[in-house]
Amino acid sequence: MMTIILFSLLFFGVSFFSYKKYRRIYLNIKLGKDYSNTNPTLEKFKNMALIALGQKKMFSRPIPAIFHFFIYAAFVFTQLELLEILLDGFTGSHRMIGHAMLDCCPAIYSTLINLIEILSLLALIATFIFLSRRNLLKLPRLHMDELKGWPMKDANIILIGEILLVFGIFLMNSAESAWLVNSNGTGYHFILSSVFALFFTSFSADTLQMLSQLGWWLHLIGIFGFILYLPYSKHLHILLAFPNAYLTNPNAKGQINYMPEIYNEIKSMMGEAVEASDPNAIPKFGARDIFDLSQKNLLDAYACTECGRCTSACPANQTGKKLSPRKIMMDTRDRMEEVGRLMEVNNNEWKDDGKSLLHNYISVEELRGCTTCNACVEECPVNISPLDIIMQLRRNLIMEESNSPQEWNGMFGNIENNGAPWKFAQSERANWINS
Amino acid sequence: MTEIKTMADYLAAGEQPDILFWVGCAGSFDDRAKRISKAFSDILAKCGIKFAILGQEESCTGDPARRAGNEFLFQMMAYQNIQVLNGYEVKKIVTACPHCFNTLKNEYPELGGNYEVIHHTQLLQELIDQGKIKLSDATEFKGKRVTYHDSCYLGRANDVYEAPRSLLASLDVDLAEMGRSKKTGMCCGAGGGQMFKEEENGKERINTNRTKEALETGAEIIVANCPFCTTMLEDGVKSYEKQNEVKVLDIVELLNSSI
Repeated sequence: MMTIILFSLLFFGVSFFSYKKYRRIYLNIKLGKDYSNTNPTLEKFKNMALIALGQKKMFSRPIPAIFHFFIYAAFVFTQLELLEILLDGFTGSHRMIGHAMLDCCPAIYSTLINLIEILSLLALIATFIFLSRRNLLKLPRLHMDELKGWPMKDANIILIGEILLVFGIFLMNSAESAWLVNSNGTGYHFILSSVFALFFTSFSADTLQMLSQLGWWLHLIGIFGFILYLPYSKHLHILLAFPNAYLTNPNAKGQINYMPEIYNEIKSMMGEAVEASDPNAIPKFGARDIFDLSQKNLLDAYACTECGRCTSACPANQTGKKLSPRKIMMDTRDRMEEVGRLMEVNNNEWKDDGKSLLHNYISVEELRGCTTCNACVEECPVNISPLDIIMQLRRNLIMEESNSPQEWNGMFGNIENNGAPWKFAQSERANWINS
Repeated sequence: MTEIKTMADYLAAGEQPDILFWVGCAGSFDDRAKRISKAFSDILAKCGIKFAILGQEESCTGDPARRAGNEFLFQMMAYQNIQVLNGYEVKKIVTACPHCFNTLKNEYPELGGNYEVIHHTQLLQELIDQGKIKLSDATEFKGKRVTYHDSCYLGRANDVYEAPRSLLASLDVDLAEMGRSKKTGMCCGAGGGQMFKEEENGKERINTNRTKEALETGAEIIVANCPFCTTMLEDGVKSYEKQNEVKVLDIVELLNSSI
């Protein structure tokens, strides 16, 4: 009975606090501009199946992809065992699904648990490899300036949390197995925990039951902690990779988003009829803060897991420039979080705090380094586009602030006056034929 | 010198060409890139293709302005160009510049400019497949070690990786791929308006980083498909003082001297 009460308190407490935080994230994303995606629904689902579920783009770097897949598969299948743990928690029963299946199909239950055990072991190995890759091998893309402090801790916390989760499962299964063997000569025949159980056979029945309970609680608390922690962490990608892949931009990568509000101005300048716009609305070009970005840009920022493949492929970053596409995404998320916190204490109203994504988070020098080569977009395993954000901030710099390098001003002037970025007369445009 | 007609010439004669050759700013004004324009128009003439240029009526597509952030100027250029193109009822466009290619193909439709746009490497591939380009049996490039640089705007931006490679295969060259190629190809450093400004501060220049990789393949020729890449890589080769041993050529230049 005590267990049921304690479990229920925990369950509803976790639900309440995580609801608040997840709702905040939803509201933060909604701060962006409406986003429409013209891709047919079937294509959207295909993208989600291939990119999020199938992790297709991860496999461009096969070795980390395989280890990542172990953790992912273990996570997905362990949800089945989690279901049983939750049911047991609510009802005070023990292995509710297992007992229900004992009568009809015991083989299916043990096969499932065996699968979970094998995947959990593989995930454990992967976790140690990832920890050492990050902390001992110090892979360059996992040790850049933007990861100093919290992001680095965040990554390690999750990896250590994963070890605890797996440890909990094995402790529960093997202590229980040992107890069953001791008391009636036969335990569960789970593939790994029946082996681990051999370590426990000298323990007393009480200790074994306690250890098994401890394993159960450890796993449960691990899961609850994970749910609470997730929205503060880069590991939110395990959820948001799905909507993000679903909303993959269907256009050619080279196509930059078009600005209809400017097209109307051009047309009216050229004497064409245009729909009357609201004369009181002050047009704003490009993005200065998160409110000016699209909801997809903001979803991108929350879906980013800071793996840094974008940055490791970026020509500007590889040659030592300030620009890091990953930092663009991290800054966007940090600014959103800041705005969200301020709105939270202010009845969900926004009061200007005198800051903006542009300048306070992302500098002009970073933006100026981009060659629009699309390497970052190509690399991202969950189809995030740092380039789309960079372009919108660049537009704001040029069209709102007239903040442009001198050479670009010259280039703009030449294009406007002679139809070429260099100072050549348009009348000489066909002279190459006879030169 | 072959005579090259403009759209206005065709209109005056009451005719319509099969295809418009969009020369682009680099192809029109840059001394190095002019040679690429010439090589390409030579091949078109040799194959008997009825093509035209816009001549003085062509303007910058607006690509560098757009990518620098000046959407207003981009749309102004696009508006004017689309007026000209639609005025001549242009249906099909070929260009030797991947930036013009990308803009005309992907960015003009939203502004009312709908054309079939191909890159010169794609047209050349078609001409070889149709047997219109007949390569001499022993070309000067046969067995030569070359490497191929994917431009960002033909490669990643538009997923054209095979047409240029199959052209190289038809020349029987010894193609040595760089580590970073196709989808992972490394930028030359010119895109996004960088061609027209100083590079930001860093450890090294993007073009020398890329050229180093190209030189490490041991290639005698670095093959490109973009006039801006050609300039960047040539500068890179000069910075390593290899200009006497290693040439940077557009694919069309290789083909034109092999017919």
